[in-house]
Amino acid sequence: MEISFKQVSYTYQPNTPFEHRAINDLSMDVSSGSFTAIIGHTGSGKSTLIQHLNGLLKPSSGEVVIGSYRLQPEGKLKGIKELRSKVGIVFQYPEHQLFEETVFKDIAFGPLNFGVDRQEVEKRVGEAMSAVQLPEELLVRSPFELSGGQMRRVAIAGVLAVQPELLVLDEPTAGLDPKGQKEMMDMFHRLHKQKSLTTILVTHSMEDALAYADHVIILNKGEKYLEGKPEDVFTRQADLRKVQLDVPEVIQFITKAKERFQADLSYHGQTIQELAEELALIVKGASRYE
Amino acid sequence: MGKNVLKFEHVWFRYGEDLPWVLQDVSFEISRSEWVAVIGHNGSGKSTIAKLMNGLLFPQKGKILINGLEINEETIWDIRKQVGMVFQNPDNQFVGTTVRDDVAFGLENRGIPREEMIKRLKDSLAAVRMEGYELHEPHRLSGGQKQRVAIAGVLAVSPQIIILDEATAMLDPNGRKEIIETVKTVKEQDDVSLVTITHDLNEVTLADRVLVMNEGKVWMEASPKDIFAKRDELKEIGLDIPFVTKLAAELTDRDVILDSEPLNHDELLEELWRFHLNR
Repeated sequence: MEISFKQVSYTYQPNTPFEHRAINDLSMDVSSGSFTAIIGHTGSGKSTLIQHLNGLLKPSSGEVVIGSYRLQPEGKLKGIKELRSKVGIVFQYPEHQLFEETVFKDIAFGPLNFGVDRQEVEKRVGEAMSAVQLPEELLVRSPFELSGGQMRRVAIAGVLAVQPELLVLDEPTAGLDPKGQKEMMDMFHRLHKQKSLTTILVTHSMEDALAYADHVIILNKGEKYLEGKPEDVFTRQADLRKVQLDVPEVIQFITKAKERFQADLSYHGQTIQELAEELALIVKGASRYE
Repeated sequence: MGKNVLKFEHVWFRYGEDLPWVLQDVSFEISRSEWVAVIGHNGSGKSTIAKLMNGLLFPQKGKILINGLEINEETIWDIRKQVGMVFQNPDNQFVGTTVRDDVAFGLENRGIPREEMIKRLKDSLAAVRMEGYELHEPHRLSGGQKQRVAIAGVLAVSPQIIILDEATAMLDPNGRKEIIETVKTVKEQDDVSLVTITHDLNEVTLADRVLVMNEGKVWMEASPKDIFAKRDELKEIGLDIPFVTKLAAELTDRDVILDSEPLNHDELLEELWRFHLNR
């Protein structure tokens, strides 16, 4: 699903003393099937941007195009239900939105609401459970009896059961332990590939953006600040520092090592083993160019 | 470091009689002015330990002593003067409508005289670098600022032990940095012991000592360097090691022999430089 923002601005509470422009003249494109990371500080406009993706907000000016759907400042939200069935948003702490008596009912709520027939819903619930790697036994349990990590997976299964084409993830790993974080991100990456989704990941984690995304957009004060491939964006240390963002730890280290040893060393997506290999050569003094 | 301020003696705990033990025979001590990090995967018993430390929970077996005083129903109010706690969610721990009221809450509760209160308010806000925010509304602050105010509220009652229960988990990277800096300053200025319960590995490297919990038991207790040297064992119990430690281990596997276990970039570069010069 292609997404295009054309000179989009959004102002909260316009023409009041509380007027606040959260997004300013933002243009960007997300190509179908890409895994895009959107990074920025609290207040950079990330949440406002996300809410345009399924028409929770309409731009104050400019245009947002999502697939064949156009969001413009004027006019009614025609066909918004169809758009919302194609765009799944996993908000921060999605487990706070669980409300049904059983896990099954909670996951089924979305598709039933979109008019999917009962038999199909049952099939989808089963598939969604296996996609988030939860055992079927849990379907009859109350979602509130589950562990935090399991609750989050149930909430995500509820979004997946609608079978979206675009999956938007807002800080999906916040509050999980390191193992849980990695499992969660690996799961999204696998779903992204298996279901040929377009995925947008909103995150603070440069590490996750580097590991999973193929495209990175950095927002600052409601405007697009940088954009490109992760390895290109994250090596622009000085530019990132200007907006108080850090580069991923591996790149920080490579930069320091390069300076210290005056060596030909750069980040090119190498694993930690490959980096150790390169460093070993350098410190042993056996330059590849000798 | 000197004498212990906190001691767990063969502590057992479970949340109900028919439920499994969450803590099993846990014993450890924390010294005056010491910073101890508690790590372990979710469900390993970390947060239960925190709640036992200031009497939010009581153990079924064993004893917990604060400055030699056992925590129980009678001593709990004295204990809570000595043990301050900062929780994970910055939005769940405010009572005041301004930063000043919020930090003063604990002092008012304890009937501290007004003159003394004004002084402590000023000092504790200075310690977390939040001077000038006295009249701000807590809920309008950033996550990092909220947690700093929460820390100030704890500092104001000058406890001997401060527990941070995943206090950085919900913050963005800047917020985390602010808290870590604050904690470091507090530790230098005050004669206070710190217990940080955390998943952040780089935060762990700053502590004096690390307590690793696994399935309700103390799995290991040692310096950060010694803990992270056990990388394979840590992996088995679902824990990771910091980037620097990982890279150092990979280098060692490639015959780059390092003299000591580096914990940060500069230490690793220093070790590499020494190795390079000795070639």
